[in-house]
Amino acid sequence: MATLQTTADRFGDYFVNPKHVGVLAEANAIGAVGALGYGDAIKLMLRIDPASERIEAARFQSYGCSALIAAAAAVTDMIIGQSVAEVQHISSADIAEFLGGLPAERMYCAVLSYEAIQRALAAYRGEREAATEPTLCKCFGVSEAVAERAIRSHQLTDPHQVTQHTKAGGGCCGCYKDIETVLARVNAAMVSAGELRAVQAYRPGSVPPSGIERKPRGDSPPPLGARAAVPSHITMAPRPAPVAAAMPRMKLPPAESRDRGTPEQYAQIEQAVQSVRPTLQRDGGDCELVDVDGSAIYLKLSGNCVDCQLASVTLSGIQAQLIEKLQRPMRVVPVS
Amino acid sequence: MTMSANSHVYLDANATTALDPRVLEAMLPYFTQQFGNPSSKHGVGETAANAVRRARAQVQKLLGADKPTEIVFNSGGTEGANAAILAALEAAPRRREIIISAVEHPAVLALCAYLEKHKGIRIHVIPVDRHGWLDIDAYRRALSDRVAVVSIMWANNETGVIFPVPELAELAKEVGALFHTDAVQAAGKLPIDLKATEIDMLSLSAHKFHGPKGVGALYVRDSVRFKPQIRGGHQERGRRAGTENVPGIVGLGAAAELAAAHFDDEQTRVRALRDRLERGILDQVDHAVALGAAAERLPNTSTIAFSFIEAEAAVMLLDRAGIAVSMGSACSAGSFEPSHVLVAMKVPEAALRGAVRFSLSRHNSDADIDRALAAVPGIVAKLRAISPFGAEEGAPVALG
Repeated sequence: MATLQTTADRFGDYFVNPKHVGVLAEANAIGAVGALGYGDAIKLMLRIDPASERIEAARFQSYGCSALIAAAAAVTDMIIGQSVAEVQHISSADIAEFLGGLPAERMYCAVLSYEAIQRALAAYRGEREAATEPTLCKCFGVSEAVAERAIRSHQLTDPHQVTQHTKAGGGCCGCYKDIETVLARVNAAMVSAGELRAVQAYRPGSVPPSGIERKPRGDSPPPLGARAAVPSHITMAPRPAPVAAAMPRMKLPPAESRDRGTPEQYAQIEQAVQSVRPTLQRDGGDCELVDVDGSAIYLKLSGNCVDCQLASVTLSGIQAQLIEKLQRPMRVVPVS
Repeated sequence: MTMSANSHVYLDANATTALDPRVLEAMLPYFTQQFGNPSSKHGVGETAANAVRRARAQVQKLLGADKPTEIVFNSGGTEGANAAILAALEAAPRRREIIISAVEHPAVLALCAYLEKHKGIRIHVIPVDRHGWLDIDAYRRALSDRVAVVSIMWANNETGVIFPVPELAELAKEVGALFHTDAVQAAGKLPIDLKATEIDMLSLSAHKFHGPKGVGALYVRDSVRFKPQIRGGHQERGRRAGTENVPGIVGLGAAAELAAAHFDDEQTRVRALRDRLERGILDQVDHAVALGAAAERLPNTSTIAFSFIEAEAAVMLLDRAGIAVSMGSACSAGSFEPSHVLVAMKVPEAALRGAVRFSLSRHNSDADIDRALAAVPGIVAKLRAISPFGAEEGAPVALG
């Protein structure tokens, strides 16, 4: 019980009185994960001494629940004074354990903190972001690679565990089958490597999705004039504006006034847009770069993306990915 | 009078309320001395039956129902909403559509999702605007003689926004649809006079107005052809079988009578406390907005969306500061989506996960509000200092 008590306090300490909060001006390695639209984000800033390859200083910023703040704060304490080689080997399971465990539905906080470390180290080594990591979950921008690392680190064998550890499938859940596929593939590899017993490996279809409907898809009401007028003696609360379609479409500013940036910047944006298309195409959608104006990227969505109820979610997902690839704030504007 | 658990300031009345000691006192004899079964013919049973009869009259009075027989005791709001909607579908088998709002409680939403997927019922989901107002035009367009039942809440649990339910019921009547309202947050807080309306069914729950948990009532207008969901004995005139929860029902009745006696307090003193809390927070905290404040709201509820922070962290820090509040519906198992109410109100992304609900009751005092006002701004500032997001740049908010 004594250890339990200590670790329980540790979680509270890191959440209530986190150390190493804020911007590290002299950072030479930054790892940023998550986005406002996903509900979680961590920015981990490290000062690594190039001679000794030791973490001299670390600071963090995080946006999310208590467990995410605690995990990010704990990570700074875990790595300060350690060598790059040592930090490289800290797993997300180590982070969860350091905090005395996390509730099942908060395990993604340890995974996200781990990914922040890895990104910071990759940035230190001067590695560019992997070209296009296939996206598993659009709602929360979870890549297959992140899911695979979580499956291995935490020995996951159930799709619902993958959701708890990465948030993949915790939104529209349209990716459930993809989660099953990735889980089965990784489990099979783990079995071959002797890291998992064959009976434990996941077989697609063996665990159903939660199956509890939360809210109806709903039906849009019939068009105006479809039924008799309502008696005039009934007065109503102020009428709101008509409900917009699933996604507002904007008009482009005149061509001559658009700021496309340097040709290199424009090409970079073009390339970044190309790289998000396969994800959309997998769901029968697509997008096309129309133009750029300063920080605004004008995109034309097509196929299933048009009128999709989740179009705004998709857009924030695309935006987050573009921001990440371009490493500067950009705004995605849909145009028709 | 400050009612508190472990000296907490309790500002989460829309989740549940403390049992009023007078309600407890009324209930206690029915656990022990007056333990009878109301269906029994002997004196012990008779006493219990009389207690249930008295409670029925108390609830009838709270709701302004025409007859005591229109009150069916049950286990609370979720059962009431399920029973009402299913009964309405059974009463009109040729009508295969339901109208609800986008901000209904899961008791209604999840049932309708089930009926849509498995029973082929068409569900019209009426949107709200950013103030929380219902799109009345969309509601009118959805109404037709294919609609079996409309189920629209009286007041929203997350924002306190009140819908014009009596008027909505009149419109439903025009097309012959039954009208049910989830009044779990409104009953006991607002005066209700059902006999002056066209509302056919209404659900309420005792624990939202200082009654016990696990007991509630469904009002069913006498003219409604009501088919029960729980079949068995003849209790509740066959509309809800099973031996009555006598102590709970007695508690519901007592709580109903006390609630009616406190309507003025709710509308004046509690409202003033709420307004002082809300104004105090908004004065001290930037980038915060009170949701639904432009609409008519319950006098006890204030939900404030703080940009750039996650409400769960704020709730946890407030808890440690001795203040119990809640967030716009929590991440539930297996889902990380933000509150459907806030999404329906098109709350901007930066604040979508930052909504903290403060809900008061007659048990709150000025001192409670002082303590909350002393704690909230500092906690929001602390979380914003941790957050990588902020307002300095304007949109878009991004890392990097």
